[in-house]
Amino acid sequence: MKLFAGLRAFFRERYQLGALADLATHKTVPLHRHTFWYYWGGMTLLLIGIQFASGVLLLLYYRPSAQEAFESVRFIMTKVQFGWLVRSVHAWAAHLVIFCAMIHLASTFFLKAYRPPRELTWVTGVLLFFVLLGLGFTGYLLPRNTLAFFATKVGTEIAGVVPIVGPIVQMMLRGGSDVTDVTLTRFFWLHIAVLPLALLGVVGLHLVMIQLQGMSKPLSVKTDRAMPFFPHFFLRDLVGWAVVLGVVLCISVYWPATLGTKADPFAPTPAGIAPEWYFLWMFQTLKLFPSHVLGLEGELVAVALTGVAGLVVLLVPWLDRPARQGRTHWLVWAAGLIGMTYVVGMTGYALWIGHHP
Amino acid sequence: MCPKQFLTRRAFLRSLLKGGVLALLGATLYPILRYLYPVKGAESVVTSVAAAKVDELAVNTAKIFRFGNRPGMLVHTPQGELKAFSAVCTHLNCTVQYDEDASVIWCACHNGKFDLNGQVISGPPPKPLESYQVNVRGDDVIVSKASV
Repeated sequence: MKLFAGLRAFFRERYQLGALADLATHKTVPLHRHTFWYYWGGMTLLLIGIQFASGVLLLLYYRPSAQEAFESVRFIMTKVQFGWLVRSVHAWAAHLVIFCAMIHLASTFFLKAYRPPRELTWVTGVLLFFVLLGLGFTGYLLPRNTLAFFATKVGTEIAGVVPIVGPIVQMMLRGGSDVTDVTLTRFFWLHIAVLPLALLGVVGLHLVMIQLQGMSKPLSVKTDRAMPFFPHFFLRDLVGWAVVLGVVLCISVYWPATLGTKADPFAPTPAGIAPEWYFLWMFQTLKLFPSHVLGLEGELVAVALTGVAGLVVLLVPWLDRPARQGRTHWLVWAAGLIGMTYVVGMTGYALWIGHHP
Repeated sequence: MCPKQFLTRRAFLRSLLKGGVLALLGATLYPILRYLYPVKGAESVVTSVAAAKVDELAVNTAKIFRFGNRPGMLVHTPQGELKAFSAVCTHLNCTVQYDEDASVIWCACHNGKFDLNGQVISGPPPKPLESYQVNVRGDDVIVSKASV
């Protein structure tokens, strides 16, 4: 204890730690019937931490080449002690981080937390979500199994559909005109360097904004009840973290990640090919879209509509004009509900079709 | 009377500084973007390939073969003809397969279907499959791209 007190005094003398402690003790969190939704951001943050830690561990054995990628992942899962666990945690936490981010995004939308002055907190949150999707997409290819290989072919082909910039982006992603060894290297580079750096930057901004502005209170809440961030909210947050950690470990132990078969670029695409669940709604939309709409290629229209939807989500704080004046409007609520129902419905439909071809 | 100054020294220096920063940014970003752009390898252009042996394919079966960097499909139709196509679906680049029960070419990714002339029957593919010429030379089935 003496050593601990000594260390504390050492740092307090040299750095302004008092200011940091003041910030933590003075910060409060609104207390009302929707407080539950505040915990989802913290859980997303924990899962991002788990992804960094497990990703760093996987890097020790993973080899990013078309010849060795599949074998190196198999080596991790079968020979390295607890390798199966590390990979399973990385794979499952990747699903959960996107799930938590989705819940966080949806709850922030319906509680209208994007109202002024928190527009940019929303924008950084949406960008963060896009970066997480990018990490999911690039990480999917890395084991270079059959599913991942063809999903990447389709995914990068979709990028190429966008007029003018599409073919350049596709070329940059693939490193050539087709999905080859070069694509794997590029996806690896994006997955372990570019996107994590972007993620750190955007998460940092998002957190600083929340610290500076505090947490938003929904319009329907009229009370000023609040609890101190430290230790009250922090300890509750820790309970959420413990639950998330428990869930990740349980799923990883009882349903370890599988590897599938090694990709053969000259084999037909097998039936039942599908992207990760969070892209399924788009996959199903592409499947159902007619080949031509108003003289345009169907896939171009579908991709353009998805792009517009992404842009609308990003600009919600400015599009929801009533919320800017402190009012709610049923139309915004309905639009959110329709969008969410479409994504959930299409995902469910794709999953159902997958099991009942 | 002092003539109205067209450009003050401060404005001139400010523009010079802004221009300098822009030039520096350009000089930094240009090589990075060029670096990121894939190197064009000397891809050999394959126009003809021996796809199979004459007696290799039973009637109403098909085979995927390498045509340069891309997969091709040789089909022995129920009518006994040999036909060849690009095996790359025109929708989103998946590799198609032959459905022997329905005698159609099928893409598992988005359920696109093509007939044995490569024409779209149903599903999202916007264009027919690219067809190739098929010739038998000795024991080999030679598939070639149609000369333009």
